[in-house]
Amino acid sequence: MSALFALSGVGLSHGGAEVLRGVTVELDRPQMVAVVGPNGAGKSTLLSVMAGLRPRYLGSCRYAGREVRKWPRRPFAREVSFVPQSLRIEFPFTAEQVVMMGRTPYCDGLFESPDDREAVERAMHATGTLGFRGRDFRSLSGGEKQRVILASVLAQSPKVLLLDEPTTFLDLQHQVSIYTVLRRQAAGMLVVAVTHDLNLAAAYSDRVLVLRGGELVRDAAPSEVLDAGTILEVFGVSAAVRSEAGRPWILYGS
Amino acid sequence: MSRTGGPLRPALTSRSFWLAVGVTAALAGAALFLLPLVGSAHIHLGRALAGASPDAEILFRARLPRVLLALLAGGALAVTGTLFQALLRDALAEPYTLGVSSGASLGAVIAISAGWGRVAGVPAIWIAAMAGAAAVLALVLGVAAEGRRISSFTLLLAGVTVNSICLASILFLQYFAGFSQSFAIVRWLLGGIDAVEYTALAWLAAVVLPFAGYAVWRARDWNLLAVGEDWAAARGVSTQRLMLTGYLAGSVMAGTLTSLTGPIGFVGLIVPHALRLRLGADHRVLIPCAFFSGAAFLALADTLARTLLAPTELPVGVITAMTGGPFFIWLLRSRRRSLWL
Repeated sequence: MSALFALSGVGLSHGGAEVLRGVTVELDRPQMVAVVGPNGAGKSTLLSVMAGLRPRYLGSCRYAGREVRKWPRRPFAREVSFVPQSLRIEFPFTAEQVVMMGRTPYCDGLFESPDDREAVERAMHATGTLGFRGRDFRSLSGGEKQRVILASVLAQSPKVLLLDEPTTFLDLQHQVSIYTVLRRQAAGMLVVAVTHDLNLAAAYSDRVLVLRGGELVRDAAPSEVLDAGTILEVFGVSAAVRSEAGRPWILYGS
Repeated sequence: MSRTGGPLRPALTSRSFWLAVGVTAALAGAALFLLPLVGSAHIHLGRALAGASPDAEILFRARLPRVLLALLAGGALAVTGTLFQALLRDALAEPYTLGVSSGASLGAVIAISAGWGRVAGVPAIWIAAMAGAAAVLALVLGVAAEGRRISSFTLLLAGVTVNSICLASILFLQYFAGFSQSFAIVRWLLGGIDAVEYTALAWLAAVVLPFAGYAVWRARDWNLLAVGEDWAAARGVSTQRLMLTGYLAGSVMAGTLTSLTGPIGFVGLIVPHALRLRLGADHRVLIPCAFFSGAAFLALADTLARTLLAPTELPVGVITAMTGGPFFIWLLRSRRRSLWL
């Protein structure tokens, strides 16, 4: 049995520039994977290839043994969900309506079924968003928005969660609450999150993928990847790394 | 309504859906049955139904077709406006954003300038206007399509540009047109609802109703596309195909009815926003309600246009803007929690 996600030599060119090159990796569930790397390293591109949003990738990117670009959209959406980097909604959708959109790959009729309502209820409970279910999404704070979006992908009942910087711009409390939810989900799912915060990656993930210049340069457990040498080499920042309860803790500028 | 209160708009239930659709459909129904009875000449309904002259002619040849045309045109404009605002994720989008109305206008102006009369029993202006709308649509979609992808941003720019080119061409033609032709051109560009033959109405209905039905059928997908293309694609929507069919459906509706009425502003822009303020953003309710309210609104505006200063008729676009505008501002002001459109 091969891995859930099997990428082999995955690359992508955008406007003549090669933004992703020769990425080979296997990912299985349950697992929490952090994708880190400097800006322009190809993290978001890798995630969108896996989400099936860039069908013109090179190489092979298989989900459950089948090439991602050959998956029909609806069944694929029941398996793999994706949270984009930023979401700007112009129209007065309520928080609950945004979460309900996660049920789209299961809906056929005009109205949602009791199953759909139950899934939405569960997802909003898990993310602590039931308190503002009826509020206009645009009136929510950044942290509340991000939790609603997370609820929306949980309502999709997927096997894989792909998240592009789910906690950028959030305050400390929301960062921790989002990652706590993700960590809990990773008990049964494959969770892949792009992040710039190496300490969050170190604290919550089972595995860290380091990208640089479109290439995968490291792939191992946080304690093996996040050392002073790698951080200096990949990010160009000198740092000291300590170990706290078996996980690395990074102090910048030392 | 407070910001921190309980659920404002609970998820769509069949009850809230049928209530909203029922109320707006009743408005359109009331417009259909009552407005033909209103007018400068007093008619007796019993005599009209018995076929007595002139009551029957006034009711069935002058007023009813006109009300029917206004209903169809208003409904189609409001549905198209709602759809385009969602697809382009732009609050200022309207049925004419992709330029079909200026294409139709250019076609009509060419027909007027050339003095074409009727072709195969059909007014040449209609045919030329439809050809103009179709040509502009093909041009704009062709420019915006890169390979098999359509970019909403490019589409918007292409639409605006083609619009300007068509308007400049219209000015050019009008500058060299004779006095009476020039007057006919201005009248056409003002837009207006005329009493047309029932066959023309049947053709218009055959175009508008299926496309409006399609817009209702795919309403859940417009919700997702209104949030974002990746958002929709990650939830199993075939975004490119749906965006293309959405733009085509709206433009064919707008192009066809503009050929019959000329450009009528405001309905397609304001009705969707007014409904969103009351009903929220769910297109499953929004699109059917937009059809019925747009229909009722334009039929009422046209009745005012032909009765206010009778026997002089006002351009219906003047009425839609002068009545709809203040109403919409009142709606905006009366809703404290509204953020912005």
